[in-house]
Amino acid sequence: MAAFGTGASRPLQGRGGSGFRFTLYAVLSVIIMYLDQRGHYLEQVRYVLQAAAYPIQLLVSSPPAAWHWLKDSFQTREALAAENARLRAAARDLELRTMRYEALARENGELRGLKEALPPVADRWLAAEIVTVQVNGLRQRLLLNRGAVNGVFKGQAVLDDRGLIGQTTHVGPWSAEVILITDPEHAVPVRIDRTGLRTIAVGAGDTSTLALPYLPANADVKSGDLLVTSGLGGVFPEGYPVARVTEVRRDAVQPLAQIRAAPLAHIDTDSEVMLVWFRADHPAAPTTAVLSSTRPDAVSELKNGNPAIQPQAAPRKPPKPAASPPPASPPASPPAAAAPAAAPGTPPAATPAGEP
Amino acid sequence: MTADSRGRMLLSALVALVLTVLPLPWWADMLRPQFLVLMVLYWSVNAPRTGGIALGFFAGLMLDVFQGPVLGEHALALSLAAYIFVREHQRIRSKPAFQQALIVFAALIAYEVVLFAIDGWTGHPVTSLTRWVHTLTGALIWPPAAAVLAYGAGRRA
Repeated sequence: MAAFGTGASRPLQGRGGSGFRFTLYAVLSVIIMYLDQRGHYLEQVRYVLQAAAYPIQLLVSSPPAAWHWLKDSFQTREALAAENARLRAAARDLELRTMRYEALARENGELRGLKEALPPVADRWLAAEIVTVQVNGLRQRLLLNRGAVNGVFKGQAVLDDRGLIGQTTHVGPWSAEVILITDPEHAVPVRIDRTGLRTIAVGAGDTSTLALPYLPANADVKSGDLLVTSGLGGVFPEGYPVARVTEVRRDAVQPLAQIRAAPLAHIDTDSEVMLVWFRADHPAAPTTAVLSSTRPDAVSELKNGNPAIQPQAAPRKPPKPAASPPPASPPASPPAAAAPAAAPGTPPAATPAGEP
Repeated sequence: MTADSRGRMLLSALVALVLTVLPLPWWADMLRPQFLVLMVLYWSVNAPRTGGIALGFFAGLMLDVFQGPVLGEHALALSLAAYIFVREHQRIRSKPAFQQALIVFAALIAYEVVLFAIDGWTGHPVTSLTRWVHTLTGALIWPPAAAVLAYGAGRRA
């Protein structure tokens, strides 16, 4: 204790001093919390803090990274040759399939009556390494080694080679945080591939389970059904595989079915993921809805309701029916007109599925 | 003197932060004490003028970046814990290690209650009991952790 010298053992100038400072910092924290929660005003601050945090995150992830590097550099020649052969075969396989794909895409375009086949919806993609993984029942996040300098933006879709993984939540200059689709706070708008039924898949808190909490008990869904993104919600484009239904339980008392699904992406074994940019003008591109609905906390919005979306759903009748004929009512003020158009793209899109 | 102890403080904060965010298997993650909180408490008692509430605030802000749903959440909770310890630092410092551990336990409970309340208010309620486990392990590890910090401080001074 003596090590701290006189500086530490001198009494503080009265107890009021520390109380005042605590009040100051407490008020500051509350203001920060309010700004961050309500207005998302602190993106710049987050950006700087994310940059400051990145070296520590790299440091923390270095022991496993070093171990992988060691393991890789001591691999035998035979193992490498075998892997090479396997990859070559896989590449040939994929090339064959792509050939077929081109033909199919053209045929599809012709069937749709389009002049030429559409370009793929994914414009470009970028491989990113996972720096750290944070997976527990409350929070499931990844940290990727790509950030704003690589063009990564907030709310970008993240995939692996099998399916959807999540979306970026906070983007720093050299790093980006990804919320997994299995995070309890994440919801992804999906479509059942077999029937076209739209609903929402919510993270269940472990890396191998999604829940479909909003389907009625008589919905046509069964174990083994493939879930693909529905393209609503403004983040993910349409048609990417998400999960496969593993369990459907119908309780006679409950109006809603209890459905579980397993994500197709290998969330717990991946070491590299893909950040994807999409063509905005493509029909399968995510519909750009009201921006607030693309936030990962859309679930809490479902519970509390979003005042920007709900009141405008039913257009009001004009006050004087005789004075203004119907054409006068649709062009209301621009924000009011935009809201009903955007409503299908928001999480409440589950309602069509909710009412049998 | 001040610059030196500030350096030591920052070093220990860095080490505590690394220990806090180090990825661990789930059972170890559940048992892991909040090293950063213990570090803040230690400096609040032993160097209330250099560290104290400001240290708690900035350490908490860093914690928010790593694992907070809302910026400012850990900052508030840690400022509170630091304030209690700065205010009572003379009384706490004179207590034997066992009693200190009990006080730390109470402070960690207060810290977690603040987090619990804010989690609920901001719409990320986490009601599982595992979130309280670290208060116990933190209190248990307090005597050795404080000894390590005191040893490191004493040797280099």
